[in-house]
Amino acid sequence: MHSGYWLAATVFLPLIAAAVIVFIPDDRKDVVRWLSAAVGAALFALSVYVFFAYEVDRGGGYQFFKRFDWLENVAFLGPHGIALTFGIDGIAAPMVLLTGIVAFGGALISWKIEDHNKDFFVLFWVLVSGVYGTFVALDLFMFFFFYEVAVLPMYLLIAVWGSSSVFETFARTKEYSAMKLTIMLVAASILIFLGIFAVFNEAGAGTFDLQTLYAAQFDENFQKLVFPLFVIGCGVLAGLWPFHTWSPDGHVSAPTAVSMLHAGVLMKLGAFGIIRLGIQLLPAGATFWMPGLMILATCNVVYGAFAATAQRDWKYMIGYSSVSHMGLVLMGLATMNVIGINGAVLQMFAHGVMTATMFAMVGSVYDQTHTRDMRLYSGLVNRMPLFVFFMGVAGLASLGLPGLSGFIAEFNIFVGAFRTYPWAGALGIFAAMLTAVYILRMMSMAFFGPLDDRWGALREMTYLERGTAVMLLGAMLFMGLYPAPFIDRIQESVRLLPGVS
Amino acid sequence: MTSGLNLDYTLFIPEYLLVGLVVLVVVLDLYVPQVRKTWLSYIAAAGLAAIGVVSLAWIDKETDFARIVSIDNYTTYFRVFFIAIAAVVCLASGKLVEDKFRHPGEYYALIILSTIGAIGMAASRELMTAYLSLELLSFSLYILVSFEKFNARSNEAGLKYLLLGAFSSAMFLYGMSLIYGITGSTYYSDIADSLSKGTTDYSFALLMGLVLMITGLGFKVAAVPFHMWTPDAYEGAPVAITAYLSTTSKAAGFALLLRLFGAFQVVHDDWSWMIAGIAAATMILGNLVALQQHNLKRLMAYSSIGQVGYMLMGIAGLSHDTASALVLHMTGYMISNMAIFVVIIAWYNLTGTDEIADFRGMRERAPLLAGVLAGALFSLAGLPLFAGFVTKFILFQAVTDAGYYWLAAIAIVTSVVSLYYYLTVMKQAFVIKPAEGEGALDVPLLMNGLAAALMLGVFYVGLYPQQLFDAIDNATAFLFV
Repeated sequence: MHSGYWLAATVFLPLIAAAVIVFIPDDRKDVVRWLSAAVGAALFALSVYVFFAYEVDRGGGYQFFKRFDWLENVAFLGPHGIALTFGIDGIAAPMVLLTGIVAFGGALISWKIEDHNKDFFVLFWVLVSGVYGTFVALDLFMFFFFYEVAVLPMYLLIAVWGSSSVFETFARTKEYSAMKLTIMLVAASILIFLGIFAVFNEAGAGTFDLQTLYAAQFDENFQKLVFPLFVIGCGVLAGLWPFHTWSPDGHVSAPTAVSMLHAGVLMKLGAFGIIRLGIQLLPAGATFWMPGLMILATCNVVYGAFAATAQRDWKYMIGYSSVSHMGLVLMGLATMNVIGINGAVLQMFAHGVMTATMFAMVGSVYDQTHTRDMRLYSGLVNRMPLFVFFMGVAGLASLGLPGLSGFIAEFNIFVGAFRTYPWAGALGIFAAMLTAVYILRMMSMAFFGPLDDRWGALREMTYLERGTAVMLLGAMLFMGLYPAPFIDRIQESVRLLPGVS
Repeated sequence: MTSGLNLDYTLFIPEYLLVGLVVLVVVLDLYVPQVRKTWLSYIAAAGLAAIGVVSLAWIDKETDFARIVSIDNYTTYFRVFFIAIAAVVCLASGKLVEDKFRHPGEYYALIILSTIGAIGMAASRELMTAYLSLELLSFSLYILVSFEKFNARSNEAGLKYLLLGAFSSAMFLYGMSLIYGITGSTYYSDIADSLSKGTTDYSFALLMGLVLMITGLGFKVAAVPFHMWTPDAYEGAPVAITAYLSTTSKAAGFALLLRLFGAFQVVHDDWSWMIAGIAAATMILGNLVALQQHNLKRLMAYSSIGQVGYMLMGIAGLSHDTASALVLHMTGYMISNMAIFVVIIAWYNLTGTDEIADFRGMRERAPLLAGVLAGALFSLAGLPLFAGFVTKFILFQAVTDAGYYWLAAIAIVTSVVSLYYYLTVMKQAFVIKPAEGEGALDVPLLMNGLAAALMLGVFYVGLYPQQLFDAIDNATAFLFV
């Protein structure tokens, strides 16, 4: 048995870091940087420890269990009414690892922020804490609490430190994107709110403890009624078509580290919510509604890929590619079979790492050139070979090249999909081909060909960026070449999901 | 009739002390002119704080005075609550009063007097006592709203408030007379007894009585469609009084409503639909109209109307659970609201404006105030880490427990709407840079300290509400004995 304090530390450490940074004077920017880097490293170490210390041979249940009572025995709440209950299963374990990697990388990438970097890191660590909290919470209230904590800092992070996009005929200001993202995500949580109220009242157990609620037998019609609330509510954060429109705008306007965290980890919260609140809590509802989710997910995959091929703005391309890849995650979940859901969780990790890499890389160029229009670039390989290498590997992972993380994930998803909905599997593979189109198009446009004179003064990535890229690349290769640690953990827990064949 | 009644006058010691403080403040103002400008606000606040501590002596002493006033944990809770608000308002007013007003003694005296009225509203278990307390609060407020004697807007606000307030008092009285006619008593407990024997013979009179009382109280708490006075009164009143209006005046209305409708609980079905309808309209209208405001005081007026809608849901589904949830939400809301108003007052003192656009660049010019503003606005919008999330969650959950899913749905949707307009304020404070020549402001330590202390309160409610909620749950239990 491992101490649950290690897991609780992943949630509390960033919050404490945020509280400490508040009291550092404005002009001590380096103190903030070093402290944040140290916190990031500590979180990374904690996450790696938690991931590997999760014992595979104990049957996929919750480990690192820890409960702090928070609000109980008052009004309608019984014993353990609302508690900070933490614990992870094999599905959450890779998510914790992913968060550690991306949060550390984000903290390093943000080293160069000059404008009020103190405020930035306060919000950044609050965001990270929310992400960890959602992945490890085993209490319905706390799950939602941390879910909202993760949304809370987004407005300011994007509106203050973000960048606007100007196109020929229209502009997307950062304030617009920030507002759109915040309002859409909070509006989606209306549905989750209602779902939670309904589940609590229907269970009548006086507690929000998820394990107690999982044990409650909900009426089948009730499940069918409430399941869509959770799936659409969480689905918006996962970029579910047609509610994905906040995601490209938001990711494009966000500062680099926030794009990394948002596309890399935050969108996974949505998919994770579908597992925790949808499949686990309301299995009969899941069985009934999953064909519907499959249709929407297929739209995601295909639409996102098509939209990505049409983008000229670098980050918009990555944004739409995220929509497409998150569609694959949802597709995997909708199969409701072990291999498909395995693939979905693998894809959550794989996509998180590669999209974070891409955003980090584009950030390193954008900070020098202040444009993201891919047509303006040409021959970058002459000036920034390392950049081209990292970006290229991430791109290849994205199109599912064997040996990198994307392949194993997509393979599982497609196998699962062909078993249940062959048409969806076929469309998914078609979209994977489109991925190759837009990734290769990006490479030919920006990386190769003659070097444009404008970019003669471009410098290679900074050492911090290189370090971050190496770490992310390592994760991609690790999962691509040796996926067993992931699959072992995920598989055992997926088998325990109710209603999964 | 008087035999057997408890006539223990010592129960009112906190109120005597408050009256004493009123006299002290006025006398000091008259005879010791050197203290009156700077020190009077501290004296008033310190006196209030001391009296707040004294009133803690009545914890867990369940008793009453001649059956007209209950001294139980509910009363004690609100005694402390109202006294604390008054103390904060007095402290925050110091600079404002010094700059603008000629009669500081009367200003603080009226605030303390109105606090006595508010406590009476929470404590009374008899209609006439409740009415008198309500009038004591209202009359003090009429004067305070128009306290800026040479400002036409302040006068206009006071007059509007006075006329509509008097009108609503009359309705409340008329409703009371009908209830008295039906039940033969003005004591809440006798009313409840009488109503529980069946109401079929006089159902129309009961309905009229309830309609009139709800209308009268609806004016006081600014529920739609009786809210028309609110934006004007809020905008015209001196800004510290706006803060006071949006906290004590509303909270006292709800304290009274909770006790009173505890008595009407036996005829719950006769009135709950009315309150539910009013709650829905209040939430929707308050939050939608707030979207168009350019003045922060006006925006806060409409936002407070929206909040009243949330709290009215708790009355509509009245039970011990919803009452606790309502008081919890009200407490969290009042602390957050007060924090925002302290920021507005500090900003107004330094820049002389409270238009939303003039809050630009606040992060550069007054970082601590900007941080508090952001936190408190997030709290009002119901985002986590801050009070608003947990209190709204618990209130909405209690309302759905009572079966009002549709009300809770409206409440959540309108919360999201409210997030939009709170974010527009935050955009000015954080995203927009200050204009040329607008440098850092020298915010007085008092205002920074007050804002920070209130922010700690917001975090306390938001991060560990167990003790507070226990205390509230214990207090509201006395409503349903």
